[in-house]
Amino acid sequence: MGNIFQNIISKSRKKSPWIVHFDCNSCNGCDIETLACLTPLYDVERFGIVNVGNPKHADVLVVTGSVNNRNVRALKNIYNQIPEPKAVVAVGACACSGGVFKECYNVLGGIDQVLPVDVYVPGCCPRPEAIIDGIVMAVGKMDEKAAKMKESRNLEAVND
Amino acid sequence: MKYLPEIIIALITIIAAPIIGGLLTGLDRKLTARMQNRIGPPLLQPFYDFFKLLGKEKITLNQTQMVYVLCYLLFAIMALIMLVFKQDLLMLVFILTFSNLSLVVGATSVRSPFSKIGAQREIIQMVAYEPVILMMTVGIYLTTKSFMIESIFQHDQPMIANLPLVFLAFVFVLTIKLKKSPFDFSTSHHGHQELVKGITTEFSGLQLALIEMTDWYDLVLLLGMISLFFAKPLWVGILIALASYFLEIVIDNISARVTWRWMLKIVWLFGIGAALTNIIWLYARR
Repeated sequence: MGNIFQNIISKSRKKSPWIVHFDCNSCNGCDIETLACLTPLYDVERFGIVNVGNPKHADVLVVTGSVNNRNVRALKNIYNQIPEPKAVVAVGACACSGGVFKECYNVLGGIDQVLPVDVYVPGCCPRPEAIIDGIVMAVGKMDEKAAKMKESRNLEAVND
Repeated sequence: MKYLPEIIIALITIIAAPIIGGLLTGLDRKLTARMQNRIGPPLLQPFYDFFKLLGKEKITLNQTQMVYVLCYLLFAIMALIMLVFKQDLLMLVFILTFSNLSLVVGATSVRSPFSKIGAQREIIQMVAYEPVILMMTVGIYLTTKSFMIESIFQHDQPMIANLPLVFLAFVFVLTIKLKKSPFDFSTSHHGHQELVKGITTEFSGLQLALIEMTDWYDLVLLLGMISLFFAKPLWVGILIALASYFLEIVIDNISARVTWRWMLKIVWLFGIGAALTNIIWLYARR
């Protein structure tokens, strides 16, 4: 019985990833492409993907642009508010590696400098299809993360 | 086991209502998507969302938050069961208010300003629609001489013959209660955003799942209340309730969100105005 329940939850997880989109330091190119996914042409709601504004309801954090010293606190704050299991998708060249701003004195680099990134979507800017593909790939990792979440919770119980 | 049939009916209601409500919500999302020229999510999408939320990490901000969510759910179930057993309509309305009030208190029990403003707006919405619901019960009392829902079914005419304007006012209530545009400013549904997520901002995981389930119960309850206007036979009422649900989806898609001042003006002027006119007419006719 418990197993069937786990299967339903695991299947539902893959069918309803809610994303929260954070513009870290982007030139807005990637943001426009990310929002283009919501339009009737691409319609991400087909896959159950909903763009929520609230990190507490979200499953996937979609970040565009590179991290700098000013926004690193906000980025970490949003990431910490997302309940487990959660995934991070870095969209665009800047989010993946820092892009053309990599050597700037104020830029820390790609998102992976501060957060554990699950999927890199390269391109300047990536096409909406590539972004949807990246989110779907991140969703594929959710089960693994849920198992890890359970494990760490058990460890906590042992430590207590 | 004197009450065995009643208990079985209550259990069937508790299990069937969220399934019906969830399917209707899925249909709503599908229809909304089609109206916006999109493909839209699968019909079972609300259930996927619900089960996904059950599997999320449980975050509670304070010790009492879950109690309020459970109150919200349990009082909504209680109101629905009262409707199924054709009990006192006045009591049903009070219990429904109490259910909604639990969510308001739950949203104000945390420190987030978004949640608190959402709760205040929910109170404004309640101020707008509660008089209309109360006038509906008064109107039904004036026609059937009883607050019992049973008496509606025993009355020889459907309620709509005596309460046409009250029914129109009730459509406003339905828009507010279902959190549809133009009156969705305490919180909104689907992908829409308002005040981050308004009254539900600070609820996540299991709590949000329970709130979603309560919305399904509420949907079934409200459609049931609409079908009361046309009961006799009941299936006509149910068909009209579904038609008015479709009307709500159309209204949701063609209208923009209003401010709370506008909502108070619109609902008090047209909603309460229509309901009051109807009741004065009922008095004058006697």
